[in-house]
Amino acid sequence: MGGAEKKIGLDRRSLLLRKKILETFACGGRGHPASALSLVEIMRVLYDDVLRYDPADPHWPERDRCLLSKGHGCLALYVLLADKGFFPEHELEKFCMAGGLLGGHPEYGRVHGVEASTGSLGHGPSIGVGFALNARIDRLNYRVFVILGDGEINEGSVWEAALSAGKHALDNMVFIIDYNKMQSFGPVDTVQPLEPLADKWRAFGCAVIEVDGHSVTELQRVLSRLPLQGGKPTAVICHTVKGKGIREMEDNLSWHHKSGFDEGEIAAMISRLEDCRA
Amino acid sequence: MRKTCLDMVHKLAVQDPRIVFIGSDLGHGTLADFARQIPERFFMEGISEANVIGMASGLALCGKIVYVNTIASFLTRRCFEQIVLDLCLHKARVRLIGNGGGMVYAPLGPTHETVEDLAVMRALPNMTVVAPADADEMKRLMPQTVDYPGPIYIRLAKGYDPIVSADSPPFQIGRGMVVRSGTGALLITTGITLKIAMQAADLLERNNISCTILHLPTIKPLDHEAILRCAGQVGAIVTVEEHSIIGGLGGAVAEVIAEADFSSPKRFKRLGLPDIFPDDYGSQSGLLKRYGLTPEHVAATVRSLL
Repeated sequence: MGGAEKKIGLDRRSLLLRKKILETFACGGRGHPASALSLVEIMRVLYDDVLRYDPADPHWPERDRCLLSKGHGCLALYVLLADKGFFPEHELEKFCMAGGLLGGHPEYGRVHGVEASTGSLGHGPSIGVGFALNARIDRLNYRVFVILGDGEINEGSVWEAALSAGKHALDNMVFIIDYNKMQSFGPVDTVQPLEPLADKWRAFGCAVIEVDGHSVTELQRVLSRLPLQGGKPTAVICHTVKGKGIREMEDNLSWHHKSGFDEGEIAAMISRLEDCRA
Repeated sequence: MRKTCLDMVHKLAVQDPRIVFIGSDLGHGTLADFARQIPERFFMEGISEANVIGMASGLALCGKIVYVNTIASFLTRRCFEQIVLDLCLHKARVRLIGNGGGMVYAPLGPTHETVEDLAVMRALPNMTVVAPADADEMKRLMPQTVDYPGPIYIRLAKGYDPIVSADSPPFQIGRGMVVRSGTGALLITTGITLKIAMQAADLLERNNISCTILHLPTIKPLDHEAILRCAGQVGAIVTVEEHSIIGGLGGAVAEVIAEADFSSPKRFKRLGLPDIFPDDYGSQSGLLKRYGLTPEHVAATVRSLL
């Protein structure tokens, strides 16, 4: 590992995924890059090490369901789905374009591997409860992973779903919270404080664990021993950095959603990532 | 009508393992036999409409056919975005059964009455909207809801309605039914207003005005062909609905008629609630009278147009 890699704490795969995210974002000319960058290690560990799926049979009834409820983080999802062969990589070049496959929020029925259309926040958890209950009715062993943003859990519907998951003791269900501490307007602490966040999830009936959401080994360790507790849904609070890995974007609100940027700026960011890999 | 509808859900669920029921916080004992017989497919999820709709969507995306039941006002208003996105956008096979559509809950006031549900549901892509006239029509509708594509909104009216519907021609979602044929005027109904129109037609008959009654239990997809066929033969058309005159049956029919190319001009009137929230209590029949949804007023309206 080179010096620069050590400094930002990311390995070659994490850097490569970030490069693809930035390239895709640049093709589309707009998007939520910083919201995707905080998700990279979470999505990577899920798709590399945890989820059971078959890109050749995306509707396989026994697949694990991974539902990106914070749909605006879709650049991270798309890059992983392309990497795994759910659709050809060249589709990434048409991100947000007319005639392209991939929009600014993921769409069910359009993109293989997308389990539900998300983008309006707070919808994923209840859909996930439905998925998890279906597994119980049909006696299937699949698991349901719902990935939430921290701003997203301002929505009351998230907590309605948490009540429901707790009531039904859905230990096949995992809420993953990308806790990057920043939402669109400003820091979570000032817009709508969430602390004590772990206590909230516990109070709603979940078994809770907090992890460094950029530590691949920590995520692998936690996500490979689910459920945390039998008879309870799991909540994994991932402490992350918005824009992780790109100096200009880290905790920089102007990159939450971006359009009209200078392509040279993105090229410079990509080039620095490549230097890290050298 | 409500009991018939829910009994049908139970009956269908016994026959079909794909069928799931979700209620919010319904009256004690609702579908107790279903809950006892098939507990794994019976859910009572509390006062959380957004969650109920999302959960129903999740189950439907896994191949289940989900019947959701609560009061129509809460079912269509509180969780509107979940209906739009989780159900319509996903073409999820979820059947929304709205209790007390219209002014059934007259004593409880505007929070519980639903006079815009048909308009709101009709505007959504992929949504089907049905308002049966009575329990018999409900019984004919329900088996057809099982394999019908996409979400369906089923408006329940007041129970114990007199049975006025007939199964001729056979009930079919999306098909209008000519209940009576005449040449003087066309009355178009949905839900419980079929009965009002039938009585109005009897009154008009005494004035030697014969009416066609076209009953449209399905508001969407609307039977354009039946509307145009019936409207072409008369000089006056009146729609009758227990709903705002904006965007419901009258609005839908107006859209069809306005774009039609009739050989002779037509007079047209929508009867329903004006653009207000119901502004009195009492009973459903009292409010129907207050807003002119009576046989006498329908007949007078027809006479004024001819």
